[in-house]
Amino acid sequence: MNTYAKLLIRLQPSGRQLLQQQQQHEQIASSLPTVFSSVRKASSGTTLEYDTPKAYKLHMLEKGPSTHVSCNREEGLEYYKKMQVIRRMEASANNMYKSKLIRGFCHLYSGQEAVCVGMKAAMDKNDSLITAYRAHGWTYMMGVSVTGILAELTGKKTGCAEGRGGSMHMYAPNFYGGNGIVGAQVPLGAGVAFAHKYRGESNVCIALYGDGAANQGQVFEAYNMAKLWSLPCIFVCENNGYGMGTSTARASANPNFYTRCEYIPGIWVDGMDVLAVREATRFARDWCTSGKGPMIMEMATYRYFGHSMSDPGTSYRTREEVQDVRKSRDPITSFREKVIEANLATDEEFKNIDNEVKKIIEDAENHAQNDPELHVDELYSHVYSMRPENFKIRGCDNFTFKEISK
Amino acid sequence: MKSVKDLVKCHSSIILLRRSFSVTSRALAEKTITIREAITQAMDEEITRDDRVFLMGEEVAQYDGAYKMSKGLWKKHGDKRIVDTPITEMGFAGIATGAAMAGLRPICEFMTFNFSMQAIDHVINSAAKAYYMSAGKVKVPIVFRGPNGAAAGVGAQHSQDFATWYSQCPGLKVISPYSAEDCRGLLKAAIRDDDPVVFLENELVYGQQFPISDEALSADFVLPIGKGKIEREGKHITLASHSIGVKLCLEAAKELEQSGIDCEVVNLRTLRPLDEDIVKTSVKKTHHLVTVEFGWPQCGVGSEIIARICESDAFDYLDAPPIRVTGADVPLAYAKTLEQNSMPQVANVIKSIKKVLNK
Repeated sequence: MNTYAKLLIRLQPSGRQLLQQQQQHEQIASSLPTVFSSVRKASSGTTLEYDTPKAYKLHMLEKGPSTHVSCNREEGLEYYKKMQVIRRMEASANNMYKSKLIRGFCHLYSGQEAVCVGMKAAMDKNDSLITAYRAHGWTYMMGVSVTGILAELTGKKTGCAEGRGGSMHMYAPNFYGGNGIVGAQVPLGAGVAFAHKYRGESNVCIALYGDGAANQGQVFEAYNMAKLWSLPCIFVCENNGYGMGTSTARASANPNFYTRCEYIPGIWVDGMDVLAVREATRFARDWCTSGKGPMIMEMATYRYFGHSMSDPGTSYRTREEVQDVRKSRDPITSFREKVIEANLATDEEFKNIDNEVKKIIEDAENHAQNDPELHVDELYSHVYSMRPENFKIRGCDNFTFKEISK
Repeated sequence: MKSVKDLVKCHSSIILLRRSFSVTSRALAEKTITIREAITQAMDEEITRDDRVFLMGEEVAQYDGAYKMSKGLWKKHGDKRIVDTPITEMGFAGIATGAAMAGLRPICEFMTFNFSMQAIDHVINSAAKAYYMSAGKVKVPIVFRGPNGAAAGVGAQHSQDFATWYSQCPGLKVISPYSAEDCRGLLKAAIRDDDPVVFLENELVYGQQFPISDEALSADFVLPIGKGKIEREGKHITLASHSIGVKLCLEAAKELEQSGIDCEVVNLRTLRPLDEDIVKTSVKKTHHLVTVEFGWPQCGVGSEIIARICESDAFDYLDAPPIRVTGADVPLAYAKTLEQNSMPQVANVIKSIKKVLNK
C-alpha cells in the first residue's frame, strides 16, 4: 500500500482503526486493495474526485488552491495518454542515445510527467512558457509532435528546428525553448510576461527552472523586477531533488524553494499528482491574471534517469531510492489506478492506449532514424532574419564563402 | 558611482574644448546637431512611430538618462515606454531579450558597455544565437546601446572597448557610428532591424556638433547597416577606422595636408557585417593602409581588416605592409599623462602613415 493510500484512509473518520484493519486484511488478501474505497465513494462513475490536503504548502498566502480535485473520463484518459507518450518518448531517446544516434547532451524528463501535463491542462492557449534543458516533455505539451522532437534529437531536417538546435533548443508558438544556460530562461520568461502586460493581454508566462538553477542571481533579479512591475509571470521550480549530482541539501541554504522570495507568494505542490498540479496552476494563473503580480510554485517531483545521459544517476543516490519512488509515487501508474478505481475506465482501455502510444513512438523513431539531415550548405542560413545586401558568410577557409539568400 | 559619472561629464566637455575639431567654413550657415541630440531624436522618433518600441535601462526615465541621452522622453512618452530598471544588468538584459522574443522591440541601454559584461550571456547566448538555433522561429529585434570605450579618467574597469568582443559573434549586428548623421540613420535602422543589434556609442563625443542635412533630419532617414562611408577622399593612403578613431584620422589627415600627403579616411560605420569592399576598393586606389582604433591591439578590428586585405586580391595592390594604430595593450590608468599615452593620439597616426609611405 503506498503512502498516499495510507494517507487517504487515515484522514477518514475512525481512519486509524480502518488502517489497522486494512493492514491485517492485506496480509491475507494481496489483490487490488480497497485502499481506494475513499476514491470510489467520492467518485460518481462519471468523475474521479478526491481530496488532497497534503498536496500544497503555502508561503505568504492566506488561502491556497482547492484541495478537492476532480476530472472526468475524457480528461483522465487524455492526461494518462499524454504522460505515457512522454514516458515512452524519453525511453526511446534513452535507447537511441545509447545507440549513438543522439549526440551531445540529452536530459530526460521521466518521472516528472505530471508537472507538464498538469500545468498545461490549466493553461490558456495563448499563455507562454519557457524552460531550461530538460525540455522534451514540455516541448511535446506545447504542441510539437513526437516526430518533431525525436528527429530533432537525431539531428534530422524533419526535427522541429531542422536539426540546428538539438535537445536543448526546441521551440514552438508561445514556447521559448529549451535553454542551455542554467537560469538564463528565468529573466527571459519575465520578459515574455512583460510583453503580455505591455500589450494588455490577460495571459501569463510560466518560467520554469530546477532546484539547481534556483540559486542563480539572475533568478532573484527577475523576481525583483517582476514584483516591482507586477508582471504576470509564474516562476516554477521543478524540484527533482538533485542539481546534477548535488542534492538540494548540499546546494541550497534554504531548500524550500517556494519560500525563497520574501515578497512573492509561493505554493509548494505535490508534483507527482497531475490533478493537484492542475488545480494549483489554475490558482496561480488566476492570481497573476488578476493584476496581483507574480507567483512562485515549487513542484516536488523526481527524475528516474540521471542528470543527463552521461550520468548513471547512482553515484549520489541509491538505486533503492529510485525504485521506491517508481513503486510508490509514480505519477502515471498512480493516476491510472485512481481512474480505474473510480470506474472511469478499464484496464483493457488503458492497454489500448498503451498500444496507441507505442505506435506513435515507433513511427516517430522511424523518422528520427531514417530521415535525412539538412544539406551541408544550410549551415550558413538563418544567421540573420534581415540580410544586408550582398551578404556572404565565410566558411572554414579563405576559399569558402556562401552568398546568403535566407 | 553617480558622482564619478558627473565628473566624467565635466571632464568630457573640457576635453571636447581641448581637442581640435574640423569645423568646415560652411558650418555657420549649415544646421548642426550634437551626437546626443541625434541619438535622442532617433529614439524619440522610433518610439513615436512604432508602439512596440520602448527604452529600458538604469536612469533612462526620471533622470533623463545617465548621460542625458533620453532627455525629455519620459515626460513625453511615460512609464510604459521609458522604463527605469534596478541595477541588475543580467536581469534586465534578460527581460528585454525575452520581451523581444515575444514580439516587442526593446532598446536596452547599458549605462556603459563595461556593465554589459554582467549581461553578456543574454546578448550572445539568448539574443544572438536564437534565430539560428530555432531555424528562424524566434526573432530577437532588440537594440543594446550605450557608451563604449574610454571616457576621461574613469579608470580601467570603466574604460574597456568592446567592439571586437561583440563583432566576433555571428547573429549580432554591431554598429560603431562616428558622426551625428551616422547616429541618426544607423540607430533608426537598428531599431527597425529584426535582428539583435549592438550599438556602440562614445561618451567623449556626445556633446560634439556635426553638420546635418535636412534629409538626415527627416523622420524616415535610415542608413544601411553593413555599409561604410568615405569621410575624406584621398589618393596616397587609406585610413580605416570606426567611431572616435575616425575623428583622429581626420585630424591627422588635416595636419598632413601641409606635407602634401593626401589621406583617404574610411568610416566603417558597421563592424559586423564588416564592409570589407569599401576598404579593398580604397586600398586598390591608394596602395597603402593604416587601421586606427581605440581598442586593444590583440585580435582587434585592425587585425581583422588587415587579415581580410591580405587574404584578398587587394594584397597585390599594397606597396607596403599594412599596420595598426590601437590603444596600448594595458588596462587603462587613471593619471592624466598615463591615460593620454595609453590611447592613440594624432602623433601615433601620423608616425604610422609616414612609416608606411616611407617618408
